[in-house]
Amino acid sequence: MNRMEKVFAKGKAFIPFITAGDPSLETTEQLVLQMAAAGADLIELGIPFSDPVAEGPVIQEADARALAAGATTDKIFAMVKSIRSASQVPIALMTYMNPIFTYGIEKFMANSREAGIDAVIVPDVPYEEGEELLPYCSKYGIELISMITPTSEKRIKMIAARARGFIYCVSSLGVTGVRQEINDDVKGMISLVKEVKDIPCAVGFGISSPEQAAKMAELSDGVIVGSAIVRIIGQYGADCVPHVVEYVRRMSEAVKQEKTDI
Amino acid sequence: MLKGRFGNYGGQYIPETLMNAALELEEAYSKFKDDQEFKEELSELQRNYAGRPSLLYYAEKMTKDLGGAKIYLKREDLNHTGSHKINNVLGQVLLAKRMGKTRVIAETGAGQHGVATATAAALMEMECEIYMGKEDTDRQALNVYRMELLGAKVHTVTSGTQTLKDAVNETMREWTRRVKDTHYVLGSVMGPHPFPTIVRDFQSVIGREVKKQILEKEGRLPDALVACVGGGSNAMGLFYEFIEDKSVRLIGCEAGGHGIDTDKNAATMATGTVGIFHGMKSYFCQDRYGQIAPVYSISAGLDYPGIGPEHANLSDLGRAEYVAVTDDEAVEAFGYLSRVEGIIPAIESAHAVAYVQKLAPTMSREQIMVINLSGRGDKDVAAIARYKGVQIYE
Repeated sequence: MNRMEKVFAKGKAFIPFITAGDPSLETTEQLVLQMAAAGADLIELGIPFSDPVAEGPVIQEADARALAAGATTDKIFAMVKSIRSASQVPIALMTYMNPIFTYGIEKFMANSREAGIDAVIVPDVPYEEGEELLPYCSKYGIELISMITPTSEKRIKMIAARARGFIYCVSSLGVTGVRQEINDDVKGMISLVKEVKDIPCAVGFGISSPEQAAKMAELSDGVIVGSAIVRIIGQYGADCVPHVVEYVRRMSEAVKQEKTDI
Repeated sequence: MLKGRFGNYGGQYIPETLMNAALELEEAYSKFKDDQEFKEELSELQRNYAGRPSLLYYAEKMTKDLGGAKIYLKREDLNHTGSHKINNVLGQVLLAKRMGKTRVIAETGAGQHGVATATAAALMEMECEIYMGKEDTDRQALNVYRMELLGAKVHTVTSGTQTLKDAVNETMREWTRRVKDTHYVLGSVMGPHPFPTIVRDFQSVIGREVKKQILEKEGRLPDALVACVGGGSNAMGLFYEFIEDKSVRLIGCEAGGHGIDTDKNAATMATGTVGIFHGMKSYFCQDRYGQIAPVYSISAGLDYPGIGPEHANLSDLGRAEYVAVTDDEAVEAFGYLSRVEGIIPAIESAHAVAYVQKLAPTMSREQIMVINLSGRGDKDVAAIARYKGVQIYE
């Protein structure tokens, strides 16, 4: 079983997102190791981008902090390599297409593999443009994670048919960020996926409370939480690790709690 | 798979949330672009609302002063709302209405596209919200008030560099929030497919009119067409009709800012590299890790780190040339055209005028060139005065 297959093997998965290099790469490394120990099943690491068009203000600010602190794609690869000497937690890189394209698609995937990256999530590459990445992803054994959204409708089956690793189900319209209410439409989206393919579906966008996480975990195979964690990092800076770990522990427990009454 | 490509450039690099809207738009556009009723309605608006066809004016005094090629000005500045932007906006808002949308959103740099969008929204009874970088709401305060007068809500964008690029980011984010009832009226020949094609088609009326007008006046095609380029819509609108006429030089003038050897410019072709951003593959000003560069120009409308994908392709093919014009040269040309012809150009268009001041004297008197005077300069008067150290309060 490779690292990606292990993510959902033990039941519902909890997937935290952080921006690499916010507030420093040293802190990011500590966060990854300690979130893994606190119950994270896959870590989604964002490569900071100057113009993250799919992000709300919380992650936009984290990207700006990380870039100002000097994070680059090469330094992030080096950090992941260092993490790999201590942990085999699965890691997915979240990045926009330009940092991959400008770095060189093949070189990016080759270096990802060498560093120990398992998957990439590229929010501005829809199904139609995926062909540009897929040959290199398969050559270097990096999964390209597909996203579906409440507007995907008829596209869901087409996307699911090609999907690998897991499917990132975007719970709501709009950009990333904490939301009070999360739509139940994910249930319908996920059942469309499962008609085509038996592939895990993780829900992201808007989730911040253990209650929301538990509810989404009931409907899906895993829960992705970004802005709520990044907000804690923004609040505590270099001292954020214990605060994040405590939050990840609570969220992970909420996600994994087996419910018998449903 | 490779839809909406111009050679290697273009494409549809957008979040999945927007894919259905992009596909819907593509479908609606291919249905209505050849629909007789739609075409008549648009043509009626262009004639009796926007004031088309715009004049092709022989700039005799400028021609004599420069002592070379014969210079014509395509007077897009005389259109309703004062620039070429109305051509695209009338088409897109009419299309959005046919698609059943009730709300339009748009980015704006100088404010010309925002004003045009707010105008069309008022006319066609659509809700309208405009996103504009804070730096631009400061330097184009009059246009902000103008948009508000027209019933639009103007959002000041404070993220990133607070200019046109960030206004586009914010408008895209808003579109993903409310994609069902909202159409994004993209203002230039950029962004994801089908926008570069739609905007080019709606702007290509400029070149079609020029061809007809110059044949009537001179009985032959011009030797060169010159236009300013930010995203590149007025240039593409002028060039498109002439692409197959290989004897016609196509020249785009980029914002050279303080100079292309400094880091204060927005000259994408001169200083950029190929990348993928704002939905398209094209040239961008960026660093080696693909971080988009904070660009600079005195002109808010050219202060953009990318260029439309069809321009990128025309440049690679050697069909069009792109040159950089500095702030100082553009400001000088702004004054020059005002004094010599009694026409105050937009500071964007002044970039094209500045290049013609250099080029025309090197050409013979038998040769003909056309400048796209894409907008009028009223909006820039206070900023130019400040640039020259004169304090004027709007």
